[in-house]
Amino acid sequence: MTTPKISLQDVHKSFGPKQVLRGVTLDVAPGESMVIIGGSGTGKSVTIKCVLGLVHPDAGRILIDGTPAGRDRDAFLARFGMLFQGGALFDSLTVWQNVGFRLVRGKQKMPRAEAREVAIEKLRRVGLNPEVADLFPAELSGGMQKRVGLARAIAAQPEIIFFDEPTTGLDPIMSGVINELIREIVVEIGATAVTITHDMSSVRAIADKVAMLHDGKVRWTGPVGEMETSGDPYLTQFITGSAEGPIEAVR
Amino acid sequence: MAVIGIIDDILASIGRSVIELCRSVGRIVLFILLTLSHLFRPPLYVRELGLQMLRIGYFSLPVVGLTTLFTGGALALQIYAGGARFSAESVVPSIVAIGMVRELGPVLGGLMVAGRVSASIAAELGTMRVTEQIDALTTLSTNPIKYLVVPRVLAATLTLPALVLVGDLIGILGGYAVGVTRLDFSGANYIKVTVDFLEVWDVLSGLVKAAVFGFIVAVMGCYHGYNSGRGAQGVGQATTNAVVTASILILAANYVLTEVFFSA
Ligand SMILES: Nc1ncnc2c1ncn2[C@@H]1O[C@H](COP(=O)(O)OP(=O)(O)OP(=O)(O)O)[C@@H](O)[C@H]1O
Ligand SMILES: [Mg+2]
Repeated sequence: MTTPKISLQDVHKSFGPKQVLRGVTLDVAPGESMVIIGGSGTGKSVTIKCVLGLVHPDAGRILIDGTPAGRDRDAFLARFGMLFQGGALFDSLTVWQNVGFRLVRGKQKMPRAEAREVAIEKLRRVGLNPEVADLFPAELSGGMQKRVGLARAIAAQPEIIFFDEPTTGLDPIMSGVINELIREIVVEIGATAVTITHDMSSVRAIADKVAMLHDGKVRWTGPVGEMETSGDPYLTQFITGSAEGPIEAVR
Repeated sequence: MAVIGIIDDILASIGRSVIELCRSVGRIVLFILLTLSHLFRPPLYVRELGLQMLRIGYFSLPVVGLTTLFTGGALALQIYAGGARFSAESVVPSIVAIGMVRELGPVLGGLMVAGRVSASIAAELGTMRVTEQIDALTTLSTNPIKYLVVPRVLAATLTLPALVLVGDLIGILGGYAVGVTRLDFSGANYIKVTVDFLEVWDVLSGLVKAAVFGFIVAVMGCYHGYNSGRGAQGVGQATTNAVVTASILILAANYVLTEVFFSA
């Protein structure tokens, strides 16, 4: 068995008295597209922030290629791309400066003109016109901002990419485009992708494997094809979106 | 028994406040040390620094200039009235000048900039914290202390002395205008007395104060914004705290520096 690209082992995290993660254990293989599903507020975003070191777990281990994150955080983070749930675009910078942020800084920094070209190319891949390059994020619609965030996450060709709800707030056609894009990035570049989504059609389009988070733990994980026939009442309820079942509607 | 209970509660709440105060002081000191440690390690974001110098220094000029202009004028009137009680009206130019460059220029400049700049820094960084932009910076391999905090602190520390120097001049000009038009001083004489009287250290000490106040203003804005609570309420609270703590610290630091510089 190969070493997993990302390995979470018994990760715990509380905010004050509130226990969010209660022992999350999850492996993601290299070049695999993992989709994390689960109810609102179950700690999906917190889980990937733990991997990136934005949130410090109270207990448990997180390994990348079998080793924990070292002292050099910049080098560590250079291997990751992240799309934040809210976009998190820098509103003092223009769209292309956002997308090319990493390209004009750091070790492999390129000239601004070249970075701009790359940024515009990435914008085109997420279905945005070159005209938006010189606008500020506040001048874009919510869905457009999300796609700029996506372009920024993939701009430096990272080997591990996290997408926090990439298709929320997009129309069905644009959702389709983004799903295809994520699939392409995994297949073409061989990147490892972890996507959080509530959209079951996205899950089917993107995922190799699926993990369901419930009550601070991974409730079920397996290949996307086995999702329908898992026999797990929690997962079944989640997929069918039924109000009847073990998951309480009020959380 | 009830009385003892109430006293107990009061003491407990005083104790809690004191502990909380010590915690905050500790956190602020750590934040300052972290900022200083990044100040002396590359890279320095020069573009950001230039932008902040413009924002903090240049755009504060009108506010500081108007403040010292009016204060200089009022000072001249007061000193004239006070001096008249023992026929010492002629001290107006020298006292206006020394009061301006040693005390009022730096303190008023510092306080006005605290209101203007601490608040805007805290609101900006607080919004960036709340909308995860600070997290996003980290994931893009850019240290937020280096990219956001260092340029602001450096810019404020460097530009405030320049701002205060201009403020001093305008304040003295305010005194001059009032002296010449309302108090029957001759213009040439007013200037001559001012220039002869002022010593280099009078002006320089004020500029050192200004640099310290600039540092305080930026650090307080950055600290409160950077550690802002969640939501719009968190940002609002951060902004208020930044202005209040910056103002109080400026006044306290002013006393300490005056003691150090001028007590015999
Ligand atoms: N910085 C924080 N401070 C305090 N509580 C937090 C913090 N971040 C997250 N939480 C809490 O952790 C819980 C999980 O949050 P998280 O954002 O991971 O949910 P999620 O699974 O991503 O939900 P959604 O699908 O709605 O995005 C929430 O109850 C939230 O209130
Ligand atoms: Mg989330």
